[in-house]
Amino acid sequence: MDQPELSDCAQQLTQILTRHGRDASRLLQILRDVQDACHVISAQAIDLIAVHLAVPRVNVEGVAGFYSFLSTRPVGEYQVLFSGNITDQMLGQDELMQYLCNKLWVEPGKVSEDGLVSIAGTSCTGMCDQGPAALVNGWVLTNLDRNRLDLIGELIRSRKPVAEWPPMLFETADNIRRADMLLGDALAPGAAIGAVLARGARETLAEMDKSNLRGRGGAGFKTASKWSFCHAAIVEEEGHVICDVGGPPERVIVCNADEGEPGTFKDRVLLNSYADLVFEGMTVGARVVGASKGFLYLRGEYRYLLNRLEGVLKRRREAGLLGNAILGQADFSFDIEIHLGAGAYICGEESALIESLEGKRGRPRNRPPFPVTHGYQGRPTVVDNVETFACAAKIAEKGGAWFAAMGTAQSTGTKLLSVSGDVASPGIYEYPFGVTVRQVLADCGAEDPYAVQISGPSGTCVSWKEFDRCIAFEDIPTAGAFMVFSRKRDVFDAVRNFTHFFAHESCGFCTPCRVGTALQQKIIDKIHGGHGTLSDLEELKRLGHLLKTMSHCGLGSSAANPVLDVLAKFPDAFEHKLAGLAFEPAFDLDGALETARKITGRDDEWAHL
Amino acid sequence: MNKTITIDGLSVPFQEGQTIMDAALAAGVYIPRLCHNPEFKPHGSCKLCTVKVNGRNVASCTMPAVEGQQVLNDTDELNADRLALTQMLFVEGNHLCPACEKSGNCQLQAVAYYLGMMSPHYNHFYPQREVDASHPDVILDRNRCIYCELCVRASRDADGKNVFGLSGRGIQSSLVVNSASGRLGDTSLAATDKAVQVCPTGAILQKGKGFTVPIGRRVFDHHTIKEIQTGGGHD
Repeated sequence: MDQPELSDCAQQLTQILTRHGRDASRLLQILRDVQDACHVISAQAIDLIAVHLAVPRVNVEGVAGFYSFLSTRPVGEYQVLFSGNITDQMLGQDELMQYLCNKLWVEPGKVSEDGLVSIAGTSCTGMCDQGPAALVNGWVLTNLDRNRLDLIGELIRSRKPVAEWPPMLFETADNIRRADMLLGDALAPGAAIGAVLARGARETLAEMDKSNLRGRGGAGFKTASKWSFCHAAIVEEEGHVICDVGGPPERVIVCNADEGEPGTFKDRVLLNSYADLVFEGMTVGARVVGASKGFLYLRGEYRYLLNRLEGVLKRRREAGLLGNAILGQADFSFDIEIHLGAGAYICGEESALIESLEGKRGRPRNRPPFPVTHGYQGRPTVVDNVETFACAAKIAEKGGAWFAAMGTAQSTGTKLLSVSGDVASPGIYEYPFGVTVRQVLADCGAEDPYAVQISGPSGTCVSWKEFDRCIAFEDIPTAGAFMVFSRKRDVFDAVRNFTHFFAHESCGFCTPCRVGTALQQKIIDKIHGGHGTLSDLEELKRLGHLLKTMSHCGLGSSAANPVLDVLAKFPDAFEHKLAGLAFEPAFDLDGALETARKITGRDDEWAHL
Repeated sequence: MNKTITIDGLSVPFQEGQTIMDAALAAGVYIPRLCHNPEFKPHGSCKLCTVKVNGRNVASCTMPAVEGQQVLNDTDELNADRLALTQMLFVEGNHLCPACEKSGNCQLQAVAYYLGMMSPHYNHFYPQREVDASHPDVILDRNRCIYCELCVRASRDADGKNVFGLSGRGIQSSLVVNSASGRLGDTSLAATDKAVQVCPTGAILQKGKGFTVPIGRRVFDHHTIKEIQTGGGHD
């Protein structure tokens, strides 16, 4: 019996649909559940869902085809997806994946003939500090080695349900190595909300303004401005409504926990151990902008956190910190719903995230209008990063001046760095903004560091010559990733990994990104295969220009960053791989024969070119 | 008093709510485009209509016109980038103009001529894409699809049928149709639907009409796309 019988699936499907009601905005959540239950989203399932939700069939098929964790063709009863980030590769991911494939007699990317198992790669799962990592049916596996894969292979062969696998396979650690104002001392649940209610919403916005907090997702937009734009989109007291979508005016608070940037895992730790702080920050935001509805968009890779987070939300409702009349304030109602993603990096882009929340393909919207005026279901919406909300809670409690006293003039407060790669102690490091790259490298025990990829593939590659530069919006802005490469690494491997990542994650909406990321990958692979020439380097630069200037959103415009950075800073990484350098070969052919001359003991005229 | 923007130095009036493309169209200024058709809601995906506004590139079909905008359109740099995008569209699909029924009436081909495309420049992808001839009156050749979603918009907004949609992601995107079999013949599409008329390439064609007008007497055999799309030509 390979796949559950169709009737089983039909029955489960009915239960899933009943559970989610007839709400089309639940489409992605429904498809996730169907994938879990049936290991496929069949044409029949698409039909049923379309009828049940009263949406066009093509919309359901479009969503099912967009997300990596959904599949319209059957996957194995056990689906193992190896995290494909460069840090996982550096820890031996490729070899381990092949090991498990051999063990289970299955080819990578295919389903075993008995339908039992499929093994493939996936984008970074956010476990770079405890890799190599993988997902089995969506649950994280960490610290993989041959011993663990032997065990996993046995568990799969004996068809042991994943829920009954030994818990040690799923253990994750926070690995907090340096704590400061955010991670250092705990906030008593309700303290920040209490402070807001005592101080007043307008006055809290003034504190946010004074703090000069800037978004922690990388773009660095000033949080107080975003909040005040969202609030101003419906100003009832002046009878002036910019955004009128009908019904009672409503604003929405969204926490972006789609931490998909390879090498970033600080939101994972905040949600695991500081969820109260994050939810408190969302509630503070709700009070300031006047929102009653909140969403946490949790990346699919972090579904293991879902139950725990639902538990925290439940506890907060019981404590009067969420729901109606928060802390007894009759005019303050706010609640938070968690939506799970399904493997699409693009959903970290705020307007794509909103599309996904609405149950659609995660495609960035045309802007203007911006989400602060026309966001979730057309309503004014604040989308902020997990860490931003955590900071907001602290500011609400302790005031803007306290926060602004740390960091630099344009980058106040602290930043969580997710450190991984060639370091002795990978994990989370919280520093006041302004810290030098060199300092971070010293603290994490970097081994002979050569390059650091800061803020992930879409960020900046910093060479050893630049280690005195600072982590700050004034110098190197970052969403948090800090991947260290030692001198023994070939930075070209990282470039190749990143170009594959962007090509895989491009949503396909606009021409430059859809085709440009694919072309970029092809050229990098050509160079990797030893067939590159100088003209390929020129082509990469030209593609980089097109991606940067013509793309629809940030994914496309940053997709060439790793290529252009490494071409500029480590030209050797490319050039020594080229098959021929048109016109002026830098390659020393005669020098290359030295080994052969030594072996043959010759040094005569005919042994030289 | 009329509000105005300038396009390549020319003063162009606009009304509140119009995009840069709307204003250009009304003034007879040509901005190359493929996914935009004034009859439908702007989409902004092909990026051919990218213009430079105050130093920044924006898609003119979706960007609202704002008083005083200085728009650069017909510049060497933008046309070179538009040419590259057009070449990308050619190599990602399988476009064989000499064998295509749409040749001479095809906007992709016409834009390529307008931009001076002499070769595809990039290596061809030669993707495997499906041809669907199951419908009695219409053929769907996905080899020629450029994901402009005009058929999607026309079927949804004009025909009220939702026959077409997009699935997949990135370079694996594909045009899907509204039937469990995945066949066009099993959808409610009719040859008279707007969705059949709007395809800028030869991806959606009416059967039996491919050569009603012989090659040599087709729209772009006698006029540039600029003439046609600014109302300067005939046909």
